Amino acid sequence: MFGMLSPILKNGFGKPATRLYPFEKREAFDKARGQLEIDIDKCIFCGMCQRKCPSTCLNVEKAASKWELDPYNCVICGVCVEACPTKCLSLNKVYRTPVYVKENQIKIGKPPVKKTAAKENA
Amino acid sequence: MGDRRTVIPFGPQHPVLPEPIQLKLVLEDEKVVEALPQIGYIHRGLERLVKVRDFNQMVFVAERICGICSFQHAMSYCLSIERLMNIEVPERADYLRVIWSELHRVHSHLLWLGLMADAFGFEAMFMETWKIREAVVDMMEATAGSRVIISTCQVGGVRRDIAPELLQQIVKLADDVQRRVKAIEHSVLNDYTIKKRTVDKGVISKEQAWKLGAAGPVLRASGVKWDARMIGYAGYKYLNFEPVVETAGDCYARTKVRFREMFVALDLLRQAVAKIPAGEINVKVKGNPEGEAFIQVEQPRGEVTYTVKGNGTKNLEKMHVRTPTFANIPAFLTMLPGCELADVPVLALTIDPCISCTER
Repeated sequence: MFGMLSPILKNGFGKPATRLYPFEKREAFDKARGQLEIDIDKCIFCGMCQRKCPSTCLNVEKAASKWELDPYNCVICGVCVEACPTKCLSLNKVYRTPVYVKENQIKIGKPPVKKTAAKENA
Repeated sequence: MGDRRTVIPFGPQHPVLPEPIQLKLVLEDEKVVEALPQIGYIHRGLERLVKVRDFNQMVFVAERICGICSFQHAMSYCLSIERLMNIEVPERADYLRVIWSELHRVHSHLLWLGLMADAFGFEAMFMETWKIREAVVDMMEATAGSRVIISTCQVGGVRRDIAPELLQQIVKLADDVQRRVKAIEHSVLNDYTIKKRTVDKGVISKEQAWKLGAAGPVLRASGVKWDARMIGYAGYKYLNFEPVVETAGDCYARTKVRFREMFVALDLLRQAVAKIPAGEINVKVKGNPEGEAFIQVEQPRGEVTYTVKGNGTKNLEKMHVRTPTFANIPAFLTMLPGCELADVPVLALTIDPCISCTER
């Protein structure tokens, strides 16, 4: 009957198990997976991330140099980050915040310069 | 006699059920004489997705079959594809799979114990077990990046390594959890109120459990010494453990089995950390799966089986999952006749139902 007495007393007189959240925030772990980010200037619009994505939340259009992410469909697995040949994708440690309107993230970059054309210009 | 019978719908929404399942309970006064189950409220058609997702993407779909034993679903799927394609997984990956599996087992059993305590109004126990569980899910976030659906398994190994310092922290965590669980052991296993609600309730004999195809703790609580980990998949072939077996077959025995299984899981964690070798964590997978393979894996709720069939393309032809809760439903329906209406929530919880697994 008194088996729980020791934990109950500890809980009663000890430090609270919870944090006073907005004032006291926990530091993210080193490996924490937050949200997907892109450095659009490095992107070559190869579409590898789109092909590997298990939740089909990415859409890449090479002709329009457009990279589109549906963040509410993304499962934050990090497969695209591993697949990206130019390492322009990364995961930050910040969790997604609530929003009023769900919108896709659209990034327009510069069309990639072809290697042969770049050599000719040089 | 017939006019004294009443049918009471238990669920799909019920305070003790986190997920929807309906039981139509035929009662005579307060006694249950028959129970008719109805499932299908949260069917998602995940197995069908093999037609549109390739076999590598399906790992993440398989992982989402269950929100509690997610890693073991991903691992079962990967093991079945690896068996199909004759892939030899590096030894370190095998050990890492054991570590994450056992962390999942500990957090699942602690979650279950909290829900069970909550079902009969033992709020202090509920808070205490979930507080202990918090440390385990924090460890999963530290090692894998997410708290429960950790997405670390892939065909051919694992995607993330655990650094030596973190492995030592896992041992520390195992010792800490062991100490804190030991502190509540007396209250769980010897408490008058808990015994009153669980002893001799929902008894399933050894023969019945085996015949009805029960799985996991339900089977072991009836005296059958069967644990799929004994087959030696992943890293279990390198580790020693003894399955927890009880003979009474009632709710109390099932509680005891799950409680003692936590200590076995913590011991396996320590063994895995002590023996883990250095080396690669995954191998490159070439080609597409062809043929048929079958795998059994022990989840916290019992044995899950995966059957996959490939046809040489990147999409599998068929995937079939038999989950432990589905296997335990016949046993559950056998327990119900003869019990009181007030015992039904406790009986429902002692099979540790996971409905989203069952319906997929």
